[in-house]
Amino acid sequence: MLSSTADHLFWMARSMERAENTARMLDVTYRMSLLTRSTAEPFQQWSAMLSISGLHVDFDERNVDLNAESVLRFMALDEDNPSSIFSSLQNARENARAVRGTVTSEMWEALNHTWLQIRDMQARGIPEDGVSAFFEWVKERSHHSRGITHGTLLRDDAFRFLRLGTFLERADNTARILDVKYHIMLPSLADVGGAGDYYQWSSLLRSVSAFESYRKVYRDQITPRRVAELLILRADMPRSLAACTNEVNRLVQEINGPRSGELVRRSGLLHAELKFGRIDEIVELGLHEYLTGFLNRIHTIGALIDQTYFWSDEA
Amino acid sequence: MHTTFDEMRAHDGSVRPGYRCFSDWLDSTPEEVISRKREEADLTFHRVGITFAVYGEEAGKERLIPFDIVPRIIPAQEWQRIAAGLRQRVKALNAFLHDIYHDQEILKAGRIPAEQVLGNSQYHQEMLGVTVSGNIYAHIAGIDLVRAGAGEYYVLEDNLRTPSGVSYMLEDRKMMMRLFPELFARQAIAPVEHYPDLLLNNLRSVAPATASNPNVVLLTPGQFNSAYFEHAFLAQQMGIELVEGNDLFVRDNTVFMRTTLGPRRVDVIYRRIDDDFLDPLAFRKDSVLGVPGLFGAYRAGRVTLANAVGTGIADDKAMYIHVPEMIRFYCGEEPILSNVPTWELSKPDDLKHVLAHLAELVVKEVHGSGGYGMLIGPTASKDELRIFRAKIVAEPQKYIAQPTLSLSTCPTFVDADVAPRHIDLRPFVLSGSDEVTMVPGGLTRVALKQGSLVVNSSQGGGTKDTWVLEH
Repeated sequence: MLSSTADHLFWMARSMERAENTARMLDVTYRMSLLTRSTAEPFQQWSAMLSISGLHVDFDERNVDLNAESVLRFMALDEDNPSSIFSSLQNARENARAVRGTVTSEMWEALNHTWLQIRDMQARGIPEDGVSAFFEWVKERSHHSRGITHGTLLRDDAFRFLRLGTFLERADNTARILDVKYHIMLPSLADVGGAGDYYQWSSLLRSVSAFESYRKVYRDQITPRRVAELLILRADMPRSLAACTNEVNRLVQEINGPRSGELVRRSGLLHAELKFGRIDEIVELGLHEYLTGFLNRIHTIGALIDQTYFWSDEA
Repeated sequence: MHTTFDEMRAHDGSVRPGYRCFSDWLDSTPEEVISRKREEADLTFHRVGITFAVYGEEAGKERLIPFDIVPRIIPAQEWQRIAAGLRQRVKALNAFLHDIYHDQEILKAGRIPAEQVLGNSQYHQEMLGVTVSGNIYAHIAGIDLVRAGAGEYYVLEDNLRTPSGVSYMLEDRKMMMRLFPELFARQAIAPVEHYPDLLLNNLRSVAPATASNPNVVLLTPGQFNSAYFEHAFLAQQMGIELVEGNDLFVRDNTVFMRTTLGPRRVDVIYRRIDDDFLDPLAFRKDSVLGVPGLFGAYRAGRVTLANAVGTGIADDKAMYIHVPEMIRFYCGEEPILSNVPTWELSKPDDLKHVLAHLAELVVKEVHGSGGYGMLIGPTASKDELRIFRAKIVAEPQKYIAQPTLSLSTCPTFVDADVAPRHIDLRPFVLSGSDEVTMVPGGLTRVALKQGSLVVNSSQGGGTKDTWVLEH
């Protein structure tokens, strides 16, 4: 496959996954901010939303008050914010357009349709009572695209590069959301079990579609430690770090290009650590420190994929 | 004005034989069915994203080319004559290109003034003496045909560089079969869907002799090019890689593409970028679309470019007038298809005549294309005529003039009604190492504005499916 094609496929999947995760994060923040017994100030919640994506500087340039409405607009529909849902969907569509000869026509049509719709929404704006419906829509379009990919695409390297983009982005996003939310909720760690905490933790779980899974796995009350364990180490939890690195590791071995040694090694190492890791050790190290280290390593793997397969270091 | 030839109805109002079947169907199909089908066509084209970008408009903006559901129908015998004429013409054009880049027999014989060829900016000195595979230059030719008052066909222009539009021919057929399958059951209509196969065979046939299993790629300027949809579409249909300049590199006079598994050799490049941008080392230095060293590999015969470098000399409007002579010279035959009578404004007598009759004529830039930079006398305002006159007087050699042909019309949906609109036809002629092939028909373009003669998509033209009847 052409290196540039692999590059476009990778970013097409990454952008779609990013749109979905941004919707998830905004959704959970929105829900938390509606809770009357919220332990954190709404301001702090929305500010944290910007921290997750590292977008404080860009946002401050807008010179607007930081509140629910302004952050929502910035993160959902702002075309000048490269990480907004709008920009992510645009990116996914532009990348798909560049390789529309490689993806199936159903895949292209789905992404194009999504793009046409978000463009209309951007022109109209999201109605106040339609915020949750909007996030649902983004998630649905992402599920839709993924489903079509699974149902129609030949299982060759094109498929693998798409999956690689999906899981690398998801690992990154799950780590970020966990890091920031954990940080906000830490003050309350002392009195775990209060009703407020219950809602906070359950909405975090819901944001990564893990609430029901938590119940099934632990059949017990929600504790921060178990939430961390579920989202970091449970390989059977599809949005966990372990599940994502498991896929990344498998995929880089399957693609196995002639210069992929270091990439395979790094992915294998990270995979092994998550596979054999323990939540006690992670908590002991400090969750924030652990997640920061994890994000760096994901970043390195992304850079290695780029060097190994996309030729951006020049031939 | 001359009378206009209508494709469907004779002057007495009766329906021509080829259209009878369609006309009956149209009369017996309820209006609401037709309007529902038209909406369906629009929706589908949007969703599938069959769009083109328009230069000069907001960056990245995409538009649909309007599609009309009334087909243009060509009887079998009429097509046979057209096809024979196209074959003859394209053979002569390829022979001409080979000749002027080698022995220049036609110039030595005095059949075409040498300075018009050698002094033309489209004549590429770099191609002198270069051997191209199969001696084929214009592998893909789009020959624009129009039909005037008495129904006679004329060649309006030859497109030998990177002619586009074939994807619309294919998509229009697909759409018609989807919307009106019953029509295809009623009449034997020649298929066109195998065009990508023909094209791929054609491209493989001109690979360098050293390539045993030729790797063919399609080189595009990228997704902001107006014809990008077509590039992606053809690459996908042929199952070849769609590449941009950055995907290719040249080492040891050999072209490679960058793949995830390392470099892979490229043998044939179906390029949809202009000569000037092919190779910054050989042509425009500022080109970021091309591949450094590509022309060197090409000259060395290590890679085939389709179309060849330097074909622009043969489809130049100044050379157009000489094509009948080329046919006589290289084929020893009389041309089957006629040229439109043309005045060369570099000739004083012609210039005088044209300036005196400017309001009746069509004036075109010699190097122009896409319907830009032309004057249509009968529909131009006084100001436009005045401005154009000044341009012609300043640089007469840049222009040619032709009578305003009353292009034939075909019934076309306009809002809810059907009204006659002017059309042309662009068949796509493929020249390979040992044969000239084409699919029956081509792309029919239609000027949607009443009375308009400009069918270019960039100027508001639409397209129709083209049916060649099998008997």
